[in-house]
Formats: sequence, structure tokens, C-alpha cells
Amino acid sequence: MKRNLMLTTAALTAALFFSSCSEGVKKEPKPIEIQELTKDQPETHGSEVKEGDITLSTPLDQAMVTAGKATYELKCQSCHRLNEEKLVGPGWKDVTKRRQPVWIMNMITNVDMMLEKDAEAQKLLELCLVRMPNQNISTDEARKVIEFMRSNDGEK
Amino acid sequence: MKHTFFKTMLALVVLTASFLSFQGCKPKGAQSAVSGDAAAKAYVAPGKYDEFYNFVSGGFSGQMSVYGLPSGRLFRVIPVFSVDPEKGWGYSEETKPMLNTSHGFVPWDDLHHIALSVTKSEHDGRWAFGNANNTPRIARIDMKTFRTAEIIEIPNSAGNHSSPFITENSEYVVAGTRFSVPMGDNLDVPINTYKDNFKGTVSFIGIDKTSGEMNLSFQIATPGINFDLARAGKGKSAGWFFFSCYNSEKANTLLEVNASQKDKDFIMAVNWKKAEEYAKAGKGVKKQVKYAHNKYNESTHSATSEIKNEVLVLDPKDCPDMVYFMPCPKSPHGCDTDPTGEYIVGSGKLAAVIPVFSFAKIEAAIAAKNYDGEYDGIPVLKYEAVLHGEVQKPGLGPLHTEFDGNGNAYTSFFVSSEIVKWNIKDLKVLDRVNTYYSIGHLCVPGGPTSKPHGKYVIAYNKITKDRYLPTGPELTQSAQLFDISGDKMKLVLDFPTIGEPHYAEAIPASMIMKNSQKIFKLEENKHPYAALGDNNAKVERKGNEIHVYMTSIRSHFTPDNIEGVKLGETVYFHVTNLEQDWDVPHGFAVKGAANAELLIMPGETQTLAWKPEKAGVYPMYCTDFCSALHQEMQGYIRVSPAGSNVPLTFSTGTNLPAAKPAAATTAPAEKSTTK
Repeated sequence: MKRNLMLTTAALTAALFFSSCSEGVKKEPKPIEIQELTKDQPETHGSEVKEGDITLSTPLDQAMVTAGKATYELKCQSCHRLNEEKLVGPGWKDVTKRRQPVWIMNMITNVDMMLEKDAEAQKLLELCLVRMPNQNISTDEARKVIEFMRSNDGEK
Repeated sequence: MKHTFFKTMLALVVLTASFLSFQGCKPKGAQSAVSGDAAAKAYVAPGKYDEFYNFVSGGFSGQMSVYGLPSGRLFRVIPVFSVDPEKGWGYSEETKPMLNTSHGFVPWDDLHHIALSVTKSEHDGRWAFGNANNTPRIARIDMKTFRTAEIIEIPNSAGNHSSPFITENSEYVVAGTRFSVPMGDNLDVPINTYKDNFKGTVSFIGIDKTSGEMNLSFQIATPGINFDLARAGKGKSAGWFFFSCYNSEKANTLLEVNASQKDKDFIMAVNWKKAEEYAKAGKGVKKQVKYAHNKYNESTHSATSEIKNEVLVLDPKDCPDMVYFMPCPKSPHGCDTDPTGEYIVGSGKLAAVIPVFSFAKIEAAIAAKNYDGEYDGIPVLKYEAVLHGEVQKPGLGPLHTEFDGNGNAYTSFFVSSEIVKWNIKDLKVLDRVNTYYSIGHLCVPGGPTSKPHGKYVIAYNKITKDRYLPTGPELTQSAQLFDISGDKMKLVLDFPTIGEPHYAEAIPASMIMKNSQKIFKLEENKHPYAALGDNNAKVERKGNEIHVYMTSIRSHFTPDNIEGVKLGETVYFHVTNLEQDWDVPHGFAVKGAANAELLIMPGETQTLAWKPEKAGVYPMYCTDFCSALHQEMQGYIRVSPAGSNVPLTFSTGTNLPAAKPAAATTAPAEKSTTK
């Protein structure tokens, strides 16, 4: 009985095999096609600001201070106080004395690069545990924020 | 005995091994009908993109889903006609007007068909349209935001099935009524007066070239038959629209039998360019109706609903040469035009052949007035005069046809559960492949356009019994992907779908992904209750409404402590997400709200209305994991009895001094009865 069953199975398998191959057998396996539109998928966020890109002048440009303050109130104030107090991120008091303008600019407009490469930025992330977000601020707007920060730090 | 047994085993092993080693073999059978390299063809490596977006109707879910092809990965379910508490759709104050109709707020519908916008009959990647089958409406989805931008209701319609098919430059989407119904002033008539009192319509909804905004341009009054599906012409036939019709018997009961009496029903050919001229020339009659037109504004982040009262109706009696009937065997369902626009494929659900009509012959028959009488005053063209030919014995229960751009057609067969590939010119069947099971619609990327993208055909199946792990009485529907790049169709993948998929379209990812919107700019937020920056966060009382202007950013709300709300008041939480980074939505929920959550995209403002029923302190929190401190993103709102004199205060980050004990306790609860 067992033998009969096995034979039948074998015969059936053979029949299935032959009848289903009428279109011919392809022996060469096709190379694997991996669908991809792009080789890599970078999420670009701003462009790096270089040392020479920023010039500071005194006295402060009051129009820039005003514009920088407006940006601060819309996009920064939720996390940054103007005094020393850390809220989500560090308070801004004396930030222009602790950091180079180019560092601040890159933290605003190019934060992914900073958190990947800059040791000081990485230390802050360990401290705050919330990534400094991309707030969609242009280089020009960030420059005005610097002017507002200088004003906040008592520069005239 | 033992010896023989081993011999048998050996034979079996050898056979099985040789069988497995040949990849080209395709054994018949539900579980194994895939070829050896199928997995590789559907494989999209982690972090890599799919080649196509697949916009799939959700059927009775009322929504539209977005899959990647060839992987079958589900990316998004776009809420359209049904409420979606997950996204606050139909629950937030801003989105409620989108589901308004002449019947009031309707929280559900049945979305059957997709039409992607086209220019010169080719995909242009701007909008996707979907139909509501039950309470007749058409929705427009913006392919930049993957959200429903607009919904327009269709008056004089019942069962908007023959919809939303689109003309060659997206001039119009159409809406043909499935049910004929009484129209005009007297709607309260006996059902068995169908033949006298019931009429059909097909509506043409104009689309603004730039904004995409829809406008009910005109309707064509028709005999009281049922419209099923439709397609616009292309190229030389671009000025025409073809609608499949059933129930030319005009039955009003047991249609299963009574609407299957005649040997032939019709495909209705409409010269829409001519109809447009008639409409402009004032040949129509303005009829009083009532329909809603709902629009979502991405700068105020709010929808508005307007009830409109008039529609222009064209009667074929007053508009000669506008409408013709072509006989088509046995209750035609699909009605599809090939990429050249020359051939129109009718699929009689109960027919043993697939008739293919020729546009050149239709034009000649009209010119020669080669008629086979009239139907309700509309000329019927002679079947033989307009027929290119019939596909003989194609299968059982033909439904829909798509095209690959290489002269081939792919027709789905519900009853025999298969896709049949055939040549349009010589009408010869080239290949057939089983689907598992009971296919309805099918989709070739770009299949309804003049330039199909080809490569795959996807079957959308009604039945999946035994295909997946069982889940009780209700089983998922499925999609099945076939490679059509060779002569033979090859099953590559099947995957479950949401709701019941009817029609779907697929479009190259490269046409859409570059336009995908990442954030809403705060600078462009014109919501009247937006809190643009924490300085604008506040709580205001207006009569018996409390308006909370709230901001959210990783990871706190401002304000997050609110006191002074009284029972009987309705609290409106207007939450503005101050984030400007991609993929950082915040959520908002408050305990006990007979409502849903809000899911607020970066730069957006959304509003949750909440009417507390009991005094107490209620927690609220962010529902969308936003940062390492997401769990800390929470706050409290205190509700006091109606007569309480707890002052309205709010704060974040300052532990306000406790309200004067006197104030809290001298508010007798019984005073609330006097409100």
C-alpha cells in the first residue's frame, strides 16, 4: 500500500513536471533586478556655511535685529529662552560669546551635518536629548538671528 | 518490499530535485504558480524605492490607498469619503466640512474608481480623482500632499458608479448615475412607474487647468437606464466619451433576471465637444437642485462647504448629433479605449465574446446614418457597422480591459478567474493566466493612457479563500502582480489590500516623488486661530466657548496647564505644530473627548472640539512619538462647575501659585443649575 502510494506520487510529480514545461525550460537564471530610482537617498538640509561667509559689523543692523527677533518668536522661542535657562535647548544668553557665528549658523541651517561631525554639537545632543530641529530657516534669516542674538548679549 | 520502497523514494527524490532545478516550469495550482525568479522581481531592497506608485481604490472603506510596485508595500491610506479618527479626518473642525453633503454630514462612502490627471492623454502627475458610489460625489486628491483637496456632490444622480473617468487634457471628469431615479419636482412616485418617471444623467465636471478646482459644468439627461463604467476617447476620438449601460429593459426589481433579458444593451457614445458647445450656446435648461461643494484650503488649513442650487441640463432631443447608442452584448461592464483611441472594448458580463468597436467605423456609420432604429429618441447605430470584430471564446465573465502600448489588451474574467492577453488588431488570444481568485479590476501602469508604462499587470481579486493565514469569517482582498515584459504573463507577487480594491492606476514614482510636499510653511499659515510662536499662545473665552491657541514642538505644548474652564462650555484646542522639519507631526488627545485625535503636520493648525461632562482635571498628551521626550509631552486642563469663579489662566513651565483657596471653594456646585 505504502509502495503504491509512493509510486503514484512519483508518477504524478513526473506528469506535473512534464506537462507544465511545454513552454520550454530556461536554464540561465536571470540576473536579479533591484528596482532603484536613485543610488542613494540623501535628505539634504541646507548647505554648509563657511568661516568667510559671515561678516559681523558694529554697530548692529537694527533692521536685522528686528527680523531676527521675529524669526526667534516664530520658530525658536518654544525651546530657547533668552536668559541662561535651558528649556528644550540651551538658553541664548551669551551664546555669541560661547560660540563662533559660523557654528551657530550651521546649527540653524545645517544641523544634520553638525550632529554628525561636530563634537560640541554632539555633546549638546547628549545633554538635551532632543535633536535641534530643522526649522526651515534660510541662511539669510539665520544671519539675522545672529544679529538678534548679539543684541540679546548686549552688543550695540 | 524494503528494497522497492527505497527505489521509489530515490525516484521521487530525483524527480523532485530535477523539477525544482528548472526555474521555467510553472505548475498549475494555487500555491505554486510562481516562477523561480519571482521573488527577485518583486524585491526592493531596504532603503530603496519602488518604481511605481499604485493608487488603489479602497472600495467600501471609502478611502484611497497608496502602494509601491513591484514590492506591494503599503505607504499611505488617504482618507477621502470616510472618517478616519487616526488622522482626525471628519473629526477635526477643519475637516468636518469636507464630508458635508445636501444630506448633511455623511461619514462613510464607497470609493470605486481612480482617475489620474492627464495631459494629451498621458499621465501628468498632478491629481487623483475618486468617486463616491453611494452618496454621489467626486473627490480630488492633490498628489503633492497626498490629501483630499476637494469634494463635489453630484445632483440628479444615485449610485455614482460610472465615474470619475477623465478626458484627454483633464478638461472634465464624468459622473454617470448607476441608478435611474425620479427627477424634477415630484420625487414621490410609485416605484413601478419606473418606465415613465425614472431618468438617468451623465454629468461633466470641469477641472480648472491650474488649480484643479472642480465645477459642475453640465449634465446630459438620458433614458432611465443604468450607467456602469466609462472611458474618454483619445487622439482622434478625444472629443468623445463612451459609457457602458445596462438595464435597457428598464426593470425596477430583480435586475439579476429582469435586466438580463435583452440580447444586447448599449454603449452610449457622447460627443462631449459638441455637448460643451451646446452648453455654451445656451441649449441647456437650468434646473433647481441642491449639492455641496467642499474645498480644503492649505493656507488656512481649513475646509469650507458651499451648497449650490443650480445645474445646466442638456436634453439630447434639443441637441442633435450629441448622443448615440451602440448595441453591445449582454450587460456591458468595462468600456475601455485603447491607447490610439481607435478601438473601444466592451465587456458584456454575460457575453461569450468581447466586442471591439472601431471609432473610424462609428464616424462613418454616423455620417451615413446607418441606424438600427432609436431608443427613447436617441439613434442606435448598427452593431455590425461599428464593430471592428469580436474576440471569440475569451473566457467567462469579462469585466475590464487595460493596454500595454504594444498592441495588446489584457481583460479580466471574474467567473473564470483569469487575465487574458489578446491582440487588439487581429483579436487573437495570446496568453491566459489564473488569478486567485475572482478578479475584478486590473491595472497596467499607464494602462488607460495613450502611453502605457507597461511592465506589469496587477489583478485586484475579490476572493482570497486559502491564500493567506485565515482570519475568521472575514478575509482580506488581494492584489496580484504579474510581469508582462515577456510573451507570457508571470505571477510575481500577491499582497493583501485595504477595503475592497476596485479600480487602480499606477504611475512612475519619478513623476510624483519630486513634488512631494514636506512641510507647511509657518510663514504661510493663515489659520484664524494659529498660534504663530509662543507669544501668541493664549486661552480666550468667547461666550460659552473656550479657545485654546496652543503650540506644539518637541516636546511640549504651550500652554500645558489650563484652568478656569466651566461645565457647559465647549473647549476648542487649536494646535499649531511649530516644527518645520519633514516627518515630525505632533498628535493631540484629551481624556474623555467624544471625538478623535488630531494629527498635526509641521506648520499646520488643527482644532479639536471638546465638551467636558464632569468637573475635574483632564490630561492631554501628544499621540505621535516625536522625540526621546515624547512621553513627557503632556499637560492638564482643569474643568470646574458652571458657577465656579476659578479664573481663566494658562501657563507652560511656570508652576502658577495655586488659585486662591477661596475662589476654588466658594463655587457652589448647585449654581450650575442656573446656567
